[in-house]
Amino acid sequence: MAEPVLILDGVRKSFGALKVTDGVSLAVAPGELHALIGPNGAGKTTLVHQISGMLTPDDGTIRFRGQDVTAFNAEKRARHGLARTFQITSTIASLSALENVALGVQAKASHPLSFFRNAASDERLNRPARAALDAVGLSERAHVPAGSLSHGEKRALEIAMALALEPAAILLDEPLAGVGKEEGERLIALLKSLKGRYAMLLVEHDMEAVFALADTVSVLVYGRVIASGDPAVVRADPAVREAYLGEEGG
Amino acid sequence: MSSATTTSEVSSVAPPRERAKLLLPAILFLLLALAPLAVTIGMPAGWLALLTRALIFAIAALSLDLILGVGGLVSFGHAAFLGIGAYVTGIMITEGRSEALVILPVILGVCALFGAITGAVCLRTRGVAFIMITLAFGQMVYFLAQALSAYGGDDGLTLYEKSTLLGFNPFANRTSFYYSVLIALAGAYLLVRGFVASRFGRVLRAARENPVRVSVTGFDVTKVRLVAYVISGMLAGLSGFFLANHTEFVSPAFMSWQRSGELIFMAVLGGVGSLHGAIIGAIAYLIAEDALSHLTEHWRVIFGPMIILFVLFTRGGIVGMLRKLGPRHG
Ligand SMILES: Nc1ncnc2c1ncn2[C@@H]1O[C@H](COP(=O)(O)OP(=O)(O)O)[C@@H](O)[C@H]1O
Ligand SMILES: [Mg+2]
Repeated sequence: MAEPVLILDGVRKSFGALKVTDGVSLAVAPGELHALIGPNGAGKTTLVHQISGMLTPDDGTIRFRGQDVTAFNAEKRARHGLARTFQITSTIASLSALENVALGVQAKASHPLSFFRNAASDERLNRPARAALDAVGLSERAHVPAGSLSHGEKRALEIAMALALEPAAILLDEPLAGVGKEEGERLIALLKSLKGRYAMLLVEHDMEAVFALADTVSVLVYGRVIASGDPAVVRADPAVREAYLGEEGG
Repeated sequence: MSSATTTSEVSSVAPPRERAKLLLPAILFLLLALAPLAVTIGMPAGWLALLTRALIFAIAALSLDLILGVGGLVSFGHAAFLGIGAYVTGIMITEGRSEALVILPVILGVCALFGAITGAVCLRTRGVAFIMITLAFGQMVYFLAQALSAYGGDDGLTLYEKSTLLGFNPFANRTSFYYSVLIALAGAYLLVRGFVASRFGRVLRAARENPVRVSVTGFDVTKVRLVAYVISGMLAGLSGFFLANHTEFVSPAFMSWQRSGELIFMAVLGGVGSLHGAIIGAIAYLIAEDALSHLTEHWRVIFGPMIILFVLFTRGGIVGMLRKLGPRHG
């Protein structure tokens, strides 16, 4: 197997006495879709925050593309090709969908903070941005302010914003959260279309989606990975069934 | 309200029209360019002096709008830059260096330095803490000016001559001084407008709404804000240059926290974030202040609540109101 893009080794994080991340180690290979499942409050979002650089782990290392990025802040990790989406949609509401994506294109451009070019009419930014919008099925909505998009469209927009960074890995924190059945199916199809092209760490509650998409599944309970591996094997694991899947199956 | 859906449908196929956004500023600058004619047809000459003063404050309010309206940073110490510009001008003229092309680079340099140092500290904080720290730095400069006993200290410094420009005296004549200020204001406006529309400006705007998103997109939000803060301070310094030449007097009061508050009022009155709103706000503020102070010495008691009510009821200040009155776009 190829050298993993993303490697977590013994990552720990506590909020006061609460161990939210309790020695997590996992690896994501290039092109692999690695699902991270676990009950509410298991520490999934907190882990994603630590991988993306929004929170610093108390202990352990995070390696990305062969480099120890544990000490890098969020913007530096993004520039290294680590993109993410948020459990609670996070876009720039007043900017159009196209501009939201172009912001990401701009981050990778040769003069990301130029004073002298008009950004809105800059084809060097808009062309790749339109391509990313196209990839998520939002071309028709390019000029709608992000704040006026439907919830499902916003989720798709966030994925386009991640794609704009030409990332090596994408962290997806519950991309289907709060989305209806129809839009959910569209998003699952979208993630499927991206599969193999990016390393993805997918935090998801929707079991159907996870087992349809994932190459590998890790189960996080109380900040610990209690099982990890092939989806079918993880699904059959008695510990997993007890801790997590059991409650779903009723 | 009913036009909201139509607007979004229209804009989903075509980008919002840029030309409509240019109309109001174009009318504004045209009127300002013609304003001196009003004096020739009988308006009192003091009126042009008032308008000149308004345009000087408009430069400062515009510069504040770059960080306040566009960047979302409520600075309560912006008058410090204005005061620094005025004091550098006053001190240099007193020392016999009255050439504008010598004074202005010094002002811009000092304001940039002051902005970089104080900005680096202020921008570690957000919200109310940011307001308090900018206020504290503003007061620091205020007390520093009071302590400058060689240059008038508490009493201020009277200037016995004005700046020259390339050896000429454009600031000595009332009309040419007005046009000098207007040209500076127009230049500052175009510059800031260009910034806001640029890649840099897009990041600054985005960070006002969602700094976390901007940083996980790979931008250093603090750096971008600091650059905006420095540019904003330099432009406010420019307005200080004109203010010193206009009043022929500088004093610590130029940079009191009340003055910083007035600049915020001007920007909010006009409508934050639109840039030309700050200009309109400054003009409206100074004219209203002048009119009310002629009526009663307690004008502040009337003026404060008036502004608050106005801003509450118009939402988006004067510019927001004009937009509602104007033709529907789309
Ligand atoms: N900033 C914080 N301070 C204190 N506790 C937190 C903080 N963020 C999350 N937690 C707690 O950590 C636990 C894990 O939260 P989270 O990572 O959001 O879980 P998940 O995404 O798996 O639902 C929860 O009990 C939550 O209340
Ligand atoms: Mg979560």
